[in-house]
Amino acid sequence: MTQLALVIDLNVCVGCSACVTSCKEWNTSSEGGKGMVDKNPYGKDPTGTFFNRVQTFEVGEYPNVETVHFPKSCLHCEDPPCVPVCPTGASYKRKEDGIVLVDYDKCIGCKYCSWACPYGAREIDEQQKVMKKCTLCVDRIYDTTLREDRRKPACVLACPTSARLFGDVHDPASEVSIAINERGGYQLMPEWGTRPANHYLPRHKVKSQVTEESLNRIDNPLKKEEQRAPASNDLPSLDDFLF
Amino acid sequence: MTTQTNQATEIKSTTCYMCACRCGINVHLKNGEVKYIEGNPDHPLNKGVICAKGSSGIMKQYSPARLTTPLRRKANAIRGEGQFEAITWEEAFDTLETRLRHIRATDPKKFGLFTGRDQMQALTGLFAKQFGTPNYAAHGGFCSVNMAAGMIYTIGGSFWEFGGPDLHHAKLFVMIGTAEDHHSNPLKIELAQFKRNGGRMIAINPVRTGYAAVADEWIPIRPGTDGALLLAITREIIEQGLYDRDFVVNYTNGPELVNMDPKNREYGMFLRFEVPPEEGCFDPQNKLWWDRELNKPISTHTPGADPFLFGDFKLKDGTPVKPSFQLLRERVDSYTAEWAEGVTGIPAATIKRLAHEMGITARDQKIELPISWTDVWGNEHDHVTGNPVAFHAMRGLAAHSNGFQSIRALSILMSLLGTIDRPGGFRHKAPYPRPIPPCPKTGTSPDAVKPNTPLDGMPLGWPADPDDLFVDDKGEPVRIDKGFSWEYPLSVHGLMHNVITNAWRGDPYPLDTLLIFMANMAWNSSMNTTEVRDMLKDKDENGEYKIPFLVVCDAFHSEMTAFADLILPDTTYLERYDVMSMLDRPISEFDGPVDSVRIPILPPTGDCKPFQEVLIELGSRLGFPAFTDAAGKRKFKNYPDFIVNFETAPGSGIGFLSGWRGQHGQKTMRGEPNPNQWEQYARNNCMHHTVMPKSYQYMRNWNAGYLNWAKENGMIRHAEPINIHLYSEVLHKFRRAAQGISHGKQPPDRLRKRVERFFDALPFYHEPLENEMINKEYFPLSALTQRPMAMYHSWDSQNAWLRQIHAHNYLHMHPSVGDKYGFEDGDWIWVESVHGRVRCEARYSQSVEPNTVWTWNAIGKASGAWGLEKDANECTRGFLLNHIIGEELPNQAEGEHISNSDPITGQAAWFDLRVKVYRAEEHEQGSTFPQFPTQPRYPGMAKPVGKWLTYIGGSGKFKNMFKGGK
Amino acid sequence: MHPAFSVIFLTTLIGAGQGLFLALYTGQVYNTFGVVGEPVPVDMYITGTVIVTLLMGLGLFASFFHLGRPERAWRSATKWRTSWLAREVIVLPAFAGAAVIWGALQYFGLDPVLVTTDALQIKLSLVIGFGAGVLALLLYICTGMIYAAIKFIQEWASPLTIINYILLGLASGFSLAVALAAYYGSPLVDAYALWALVFTLIGFLTRMLALRRNGRIKRKSTACTAIGVRHPKITQISQGAMGGSFNTREFFHHKTPQFLHTIKVFFLIMAFVVPFTLLVIGWSNHLFVLLVAAALVQYVGLLAERWFFFAQANHPQNLYYQAT
Repeated sequence: MTQLALVIDLNVCVGCSACVTSCKEWNTSSEGGKGMVDKNPYGKDPTGTFFNRVQTFEVGEYPNVETVHFPKSCLHCEDPPCVPVCPTGASYKRKEDGIVLVDYDKCIGCKYCSWACPYGAREIDEQQKVMKKCTLCVDRIYDTTLREDRRKPACVLACPTSARLFGDVHDPASEVSIAINERGGYQLMPEWGTRPANHYLPRHKVKSQVTEESLNRIDNPLKKEEQRAPASNDLPSLDDFLF
Repeated sequence: MTTQTNQATEIKSTTCYMCACRCGINVHLKNGEVKYIEGNPDHPLNKGVICAKGSSGIMKQYSPARLTTPLRRKANAIRGEGQFEAITWEEAFDTLETRLRHIRATDPKKFGLFTGRDQMQALTGLFAKQFGTPNYAAHGGFCSVNMAAGMIYTIGGSFWEFGGPDLHHAKLFVMIGTAEDHHSNPLKIELAQFKRNGGRMIAINPVRTGYAAVADEWIPIRPGTDGALLLAITREIIEQGLYDRDFVVNYTNGPELVNMDPKNREYGMFLRFEVPPEEGCFDPQNKLWWDRELNKPISTHTPGADPFLFGDFKLKDGTPVKPSFQLLRERVDSYTAEWAEGVTGIPAATIKRLAHEMGITARDQKIELPISWTDVWGNEHDHVTGNPVAFHAMRGLAAHSNGFQSIRALSILMSLLGTIDRPGGFRHKAPYPRPIPPCPKTGTSPDAVKPNTPLDGMPLGWPADPDDLFVDDKGEPVRIDKGFSWEYPLSVHGLMHNVITNAWRGDPYPLDTLLIFMANMAWNSSMNTTEVRDMLKDKDENGEYKIPFLVVCDAFHSEMTAFADLILPDTTYLERYDVMSMLDRPISEFDGPVDSVRIPILPPTGDCKPFQEVLIELGSRLGFPAFTDAAGKRKFKNYPDFIVNFETAPGSGIGFLSGWRGQHGQKTMRGEPNPNQWEQYARNNCMHHTVMPKSYQYMRNWNAGYLNWAKENGMIRHAEPINIHLYSEVLHKFRRAAQGISHGKQPPDRLRKRVERFFDALPFYHEPLENEMINKEYFPLSALTQRPMAMYHSWDSQNAWLRQIHAHNYLHMHPSVGDKYGFEDGDWIWVESVHGRVRCEARYSQSVEPNTVWTWNAIGKASGAWGLEKDANECTRGFLLNHIIGEELPNQAEGEHISNSDPITGQAAWFDLRVKVYRAEEHEQGSTFPQFPTQPRYPGMAKPVGKWLTYIGGSGKFKNMFKGGK
Repeated sequence: MHPAFSVIFLTTLIGAGQGLFLALYTGQVYNTFGVVGEPVPVDMYITGTVIVTLLMGLGLFASFFHLGRPERAWRSATKWRTSWLAREVIVLPAFAGAAVIWGALQYFGLDPVLVTTDALQIKLSLVIGFGAGVLALLLYICTGMIYAAIKFIQEWASPLTIINYILLGLASGFSLAVALAAYYGSPLVDAYALWALVFTLIGFLTRMLALRRNGRIKRKSTACTAIGVRHPKITQISQGAMGGSFNTREFFHHKTPQFLHTIKVFFLIMAFVVPFTLLVIGWSNHLFVLLVAAALVQYVGLLAERWFFFAQANHPQNLYYQAT
């Protein structure tokens, strides 16, 4: 059974927010998507519906501190707690590919699903009053009119550091499964048993391989700079006396 | 490329302009509205990716901050109040034509044209030259001219448009003084690939954000001390013998002998064995080495010769000489790691470790590519060697008054490691490398400016010695910004940041008309913003404005537009033709020249008109030779026509675009105009990429094949080697003039000491100038700005999506700063410099060096500007640091004014700022200071959008929503 | 969590409604089985049912303010197999309907005797009332489970949540019933007062127990598990949206800890101490006004209690929204 998901590589994410706005522009105009609202777009406290945000955390204390950029969108849990709580069935998980979706025509806007999501992945459209969330760009990943390499979520295509991988985490041969296995991909808040399909790849430090011994080398160029003392031909040498 | 797909969506390609990166984009259109903008997967620059700004282009296109009609300041309205009336283009052109015709016929220098982050400097520069005014520059002087000048005067190329780190081959990548900056998407692509390949990245920066976040090691450094660090590393590299001797010997002027006789007029100059047969802007090969075997001087690059790099020699006539590398070694001798620790705050052991890591990686992890090439001395090489240590640096080094010499130090370090135009190091991009310095020169006397005559010389150039300066016979400036004068001799990008102050003061003379294109000089592009705003509206004793006529061309409702007498509404990037030209700053790749174009996706909104069309119209009306034929008739129908048919010289075959030249588009780089050139670009992803043979792609400074190819294709004048200037004789020539030794132009006496001090042939470290003039204990902290990845300076607060990511800004600092000065995280504080103070919100962070405070640049906005409501967060909670950065140095003698800039290049020293911080009073908590009266909307701007915006491209509701009416 | 007034009113109003009905039915049972000798005035049942209906109606009305798309509310019963909310949506009208029928039987006097034994007569309303009573209890469970079922809101994920919904609903319902019975001079005053005091007292104890438990929760989710980085010091410096987002509005109360503490003390006094005291004094001195006051004060107290119930709940998503 297929489970589509994103794998996010924190080792290369520089926090540029390309995934944030590329998601917004694709989804706000997507066919049948009904737009993604912005409230006070040019006024005080602008706020709007986004499916994906990039947050920043500092880990540690100066100077031993890591700045971690952390993109977060719906994790498409294998056991999504947001789905069974929905009273209308608007929230559902697709059997064929594991994408968790909201049927905007059935949603009553009770927000209960958002309460039941430990990750804060869902956002209500405050004008249309229905819950919205990441669709993994379900309207483009199967669009056969697109070039095959472009049949990916907008955020994945946008990401300049290719920090977002997309694929079937149930297929052990997929790029995402290999990345998870080789790079120690992990899930968020595993304590709740939600089994998020999205995984994160941790930071990996490359340490300096240089040692002090390498400083001593026979071919040190400084040796070429030793000037021979000017020798005079006028002075006698041992050669003049020995026979 | 135009593709029809299903659902009535049409896809057109063009080039992005949400920042200066110039990625290829595919724009999806439906019902004449933009639905989606994606990276063009077939574009060499961004390979299909796109950034947060690029993805938000829709919100720029439909921004309510757009200006849609020419506007004239209402009679009796005061400048800065933003009271305008709509006029027609005909009225606007008539006004300009009358005014400019008079200036051109009387004193052309009274007209100034200064442009911001535009991408058409070849055209704007041409316009200024044809007008006959020397008063032209783009934004480079306040951006990163130190980076361009410091590197080009050393290695003949520079970062970003001109070259960059080869992360594909590098093993160690050192990023210093770069947050998220120039060449953003390509660098991100490369950085990710570099890390995935197991490369090690070190970030040296006072702040750990952006790219530094993913570095394997972060080395915090005190602002403005990069030069000290780089010199100390250089010392360690030399003392440990970690330099690439072969590279230094063959490709730099390190072994060349310098005259060390202090009594000789030639003291400090290279020895020359003959006068070169041909004069030109290249280094003639008439210098000497001291050969190790023969133990005597020998012509450089004599086959079999092996010169000493160190030592102290005497010529037969007794003249003491030293290889310049010996002088470099002596120079850096006092720059020990222990000394640098005290300056930079980086432990001496770390500095040494850095040096060892760079040197040993370069030495032991060499790359050999099986690419044969021939050097200019006729030596055949069967491979290309690379020392895989790459660097990238930008404004963190550049925007200091010691930046030029710091960047010289960086370039020298890169050269000692043997990494110039080699795999894994620094790689040039066409048309670089160029001679040191490049050939173009400005006028050299006031005679260059004559009524009704094009300027003699270029408005901007590359001085090679004091005689190239643009000064009068007293040594005083000809340009309004004092560029190319003794105050800032190598100001190769001008000093736009001083134009308003100088014109206001009438020093060196007043202007009549100032035309500002796309630069927000009444806000984030000026230093000392509050006072500059006052200068813009200041009047003389007769009640006339001190800057009599101010014309602003912009697409948006910036703070600057409020001060205009005449506003010309520009188009957005989706509504215009543009060229990223080889004559300007193309988008070349390491493997060859690339240029690109914009082709309109949408018709202009309202009465918007691209600025290029304005220039061509004016140039034609005013009868500029380049824009009219012999009979004075208009030569070019419009901008696209101009681009196709303009040639640098009649019949030169060189024009703005390199691709599909020749009558049928069969020629590349050089060829007669092709009437179908635009169509060819449109069919080919709006770009043209010439891939050079592999053997031309490396070692280009000395690559015979490449240099000849570049000469044939009109990129350089001389196929001569471009040896690296470890020792800069060019700089020394200015010092000689200041010392009164040389014969040519001499600095005015008041500047002799200054020129003598800073024009040092070898890099040295000095404190930033302003720091030398203030009480540093009173202002204990350095204050910086950074550009966030999701905003391009002031451009994006009008953008409904991007402003949600950065709605306001904080002053970030280590918690110890608050502990020391008595406030807490989240408190409102005063930030005070010697120039004034601003109020803002403090925010603690662990990822900042404790002597540094910083904020995001240009998030703060004036009330009502950029189409925002008056209580927008950008105004109430956002703040601008520029108010407390001086455009001139403090504490100067009465009547003297010196720019707060690098004394060599005139680069604005934004990051020299020193401040103190303290808690604001209780009643001052909660809002930003200073505040300005709310800027009104102008005629033709959209009605306020109100509470809700749900953008759905293709619904047909939006294409007219933000269009203004009369 | 952000305390939404729609939900605060919904849960307190229907809780009191269910409690009042259970009190009325208790009266009928007592009367039927002779626990209370004197006949209860039918008017009291009728008025009581009207009040129950009113409370349920108001509660339902308030709940609509919680829905973004109330016109689609009919869909919300669909997923009763999995959703406690859907179950509540079904049980609520079922209970209200049963209660109305129960009242209507009394009102119209159409209350046929179904079974007659020597000691008592089982009327139709007694059976209907039993069903309604079961539904009332079920409804408490549904309401409580809506919260208790969200396992990662640890303040809520406890049997105490359901117990408190039952007990506090009963306490407020019986307090109301005391005033009602006193108004009609019903002999049930004593029984109601006794139950109201018992429910208030036990409710106080179980609520205190919940507070104690919630004060000692060991969080399963931390910043470490939220972003998957193991380190004792993790500080958020940006949440990616400076103008706020749904996440910062829905899951935060935006009040100071001091304010929360004040509300806590306030609800403990107003929902328990004051009504208990008023009930004792009013009951022993036959002061009708005090008994009404007790019911009203307790209701106000429960509003505060419910506000606190939401405000105190700490949603793990907040780990991603520590800084603005």
